Amino acid sequence: MSSLDSVTLSRILTGLTLIVHINFASVGVGVPLMIALAEWRGIRTGDPHYTLLARRWARGFVISVAVGVVTGTAIGLQLSLLWPTFMRVAGQATALPLFMETFAFFIEAIFLGIYLYTWERFKRPMLHLLLLIPVAIGSSTSAFFITSLNAFMNTPQGFTLENGVFTNIQPLVAMFNPATPTKVSHVLASSYTVSAGLLAGIAAFSLIRGRKHAYFKKSLKLTVTATLVFAISTAIIGDFSGKFLAKYQPEKLAAGEWHFETMKQAPLLYGGVLGENNEVKYAIKIPYALSILAGNSPNTTVIGLDEFPQDEQPPLLIHYLFDLMVTIGALLVLIPILYLFRRRLPGKQKGYPKWLLVAILALGPLAFIANELGWMFTEFGRQPWIIRGYMKVADAATTSTSVAPMLLLFVVLYIVLCASCLKVLAKLFRNKDVMEEMKELGIEGGKIS
Amino acid sequence: MSYEVVGITVLWTFLFGYLIVASIDFGAGFFSFYSVLTRREHRLHNIIQRYLSPVWEVTNVFLIFFVVGLVGFFPESAYYYGTALLVPGSLVIVLLALRGAYYAYNTYGSSKSNNIWYMGIYGATGLLIPAALSTILAISEGGIILEEDGRVILDWLQFFANPYTWSVILLAIVSVLYISAMFLAFYAGKAEDHSAFEILRGYALMWSGPTILASVFAFFQINRQNPEHFRNMLGISWMFIASFICFLWAVYYLWKRMKLGYAFILVMLQFGFAWYGYGRSHLPYILFEQVNIYEHFTNETMAIALIAAFVAGLFILIPSLILLMRLFLFDAKYVRGSSPKKG
Repeated sequence: MSSLDSVTLSRILTGLTLIVHINFASVGVGVPLMIALAEWRGIRTGDPHYTLLARRWARGFVISVAVGVVTGTAIGLQLSLLWPTFMRVAGQATALPLFMETFAFFIEAIFLGIYLYTWERFKRPMLHLLLLIPVAIGSSTSAFFITSLNAFMNTPQGFTLENGVFTNIQPLVAMFNPATPTKVSHVLASSYTVSAGLLAGIAAFSLIRGRKHAYFKKSLKLTVTATLVFAISTAIIGDFSGKFLAKYQPEKLAAGEWHFETMKQAPLLYGGVLGENNEVKYAIKIPYALSILAGNSPNTTVIGLDEFPQDEQPPLLIHYLFDLMVTIGALLVLIPILYLFRRRLPGKQKGYPKWLLVAILALGPLAFIANELGWMFTEFGRQPWIIRGYMKVADAATTSTSVAPMLLLFVVLYIVLCASCLKVLAKLFRNKDVMEEMKELGIEGGKIS
Repeated sequence: MSYEVVGITVLWTFLFGYLIVASIDFGAGFFSFYSVLTRREHRLHNIIQRYLSPVWEVTNVFLIFFVVGLVGFFPESAYYYGTALLVPGSLVIVLLALRGAYYAYNTYGSSKSNNIWYMGIYGATGLLIPAALSTILAISEGGIILEEDGRVILDWLQFFANPYTWSVILLAIVSVLYISAMFLAFYAGKAEDHSAFEILRGYALMWSGPTILASVFAFFQINRQNPEHFRNMLGISWMFIASFICFLWAVYYLWKRMKLGYAFILVMLQFGFAWYGYGRSHLPYILFEQVNIYEHFTNETMAIALIAAFVAGLFILIPSLILLMRLFLFDAKYVRGSSPKKG
């Protein structure tokens, strides 16, 4: 019993750390790209507003990186502390991506430090911008390595299991498993979307508060356009991920879509609630759509949950997570499109309608929520496995009886960290107003003086 | 050299790197806080901040690298250490988290004056973290992690009642203060900041005595804890003698206020000899009698892959570190604070 309890508690604690970390990790992957975009535009057009934008983003970025680093350290150590049996067995096959991730992390840490402290040290501004390339490469490759490890847990390969021991290990085959391409690209694209959406929300917030300077409009245009591009790519890759699931992890897709029986011309269920005996009520049923999603043709056979033993089926509640994620994903595309066509909207007016700004403000939170939902879907969706088909979660957790107090400790820690992070970020931008900073730098009016 | 020895040497070297950079960082946090308390911040704080700001994040990576590498090369150690160290490990994570976050809040977030709470957290964790981390060395000597009925447990009574535990904690704290003061004195000297240099020189000299006493104390406590390890250490006693000579030499330079760069290199050599001597005599065990580098090594394919990744990684890492040091450590203009600080 006590062992079972520590399994549940270990799951909750790991989940909690990841829920917190994912937010900061996504910002860490996406924001350097946005900073680079702004600084590059600043250099290309000679418009100092963009350079100032890059600077201000970079300043806030450091704060979030700090929390990202410490929560990342937490999950890195917790893997061994909470899942020692998993690490003992899987470490044989999966140590490589984890190991390489630390190198990527090194590069990111080194060049971020250099970037932040060399704004005025290079005569050519382009040299300073180039420092962001290793930062962005570092954060994206670290996302690649860590996601490929997660992909391995979903579609393990590159070893044979003999008497509970992994043999014939092929580290690269394990790393480049079938889940890696879709998973990594979806993670990268959604991180870029989260970051662009967050920055768009900040720009919209300033405009809602009645600030009309060109600086904010430029910022809005850059970030909303970026959000649109990234959100569309995320959606397209999401479609590939669906096809991947149909082929390699049909039980996850089936549980996510409440698809109980294997069939051709399978319909897609949107929304709805699950009654007793797995009756679906109030769902919107789109004929053939699931087959088209799974294989681009209405005649694709989609494997249903009936082909899996009861104790190997993922929880059915992941349907809600999936639908919510997709819905929000659609909003993330729709809102930027409304922004682009704002002049052609009925009730034509100058400037930005208030409701549109509020919708753009919502882009940030929405993108974060979609990100969390997607991760929850993918993680709950491989229950009860920790390594699909090889090791169940229940056999991997620590046998320690002290997980409960540790869970409490980390709940307190994360609340303190997140609250103080938000407070410090808010204070940072309030203390140094954009207008004052422009005057200080002598760029009022958008011209170099 | 066998793959096993290459693996553990790589890891031990990174842990040594962590020992040096983290000691500077931890001690600097403490001195920085102390200088605010004693109202001397105008003389010390800037010089410390100028060094720490661009490097604090890198320090963290050394530790992660070690943990990840240990689990990669010796997966069995994840099982034993991971299960037994849940509570102390979690506490270290919390301390590291508070320290990292509040450092960033203070440096980049708060308004001009130093927030005494942030500084306090930073200073206190600077001594608590090395104390907590060092206890793993005591645990690694065996007799504290036990296996009963197929379950791994940590014997807390053994852990706290053990004089060796306390001797490594003491050694960790005083060495942190000593290494840090030695480095910062060198850095202040380079910045031609004479008043900071004099304060830091005082700190370094003050902590040099306790450091060597604590080392000798810990050295003989190993004999009580793990006589086999102690015999191995006596077999390579020249390393510990070399360490002591480097110590005397470094203190001499500092005393004479000369060759501060060499003095710090000698400090590194002092700890290097002791560190590698300790590590070498600890082999073949990672955890005494439970995890052995030969019996619990990862499979050969993974070992080759990890070593290849490591070599490739070094090709990027070393030039980057050199660039970082050239920009912030050996750039006279930056060190003196005449180039702009942050964006």
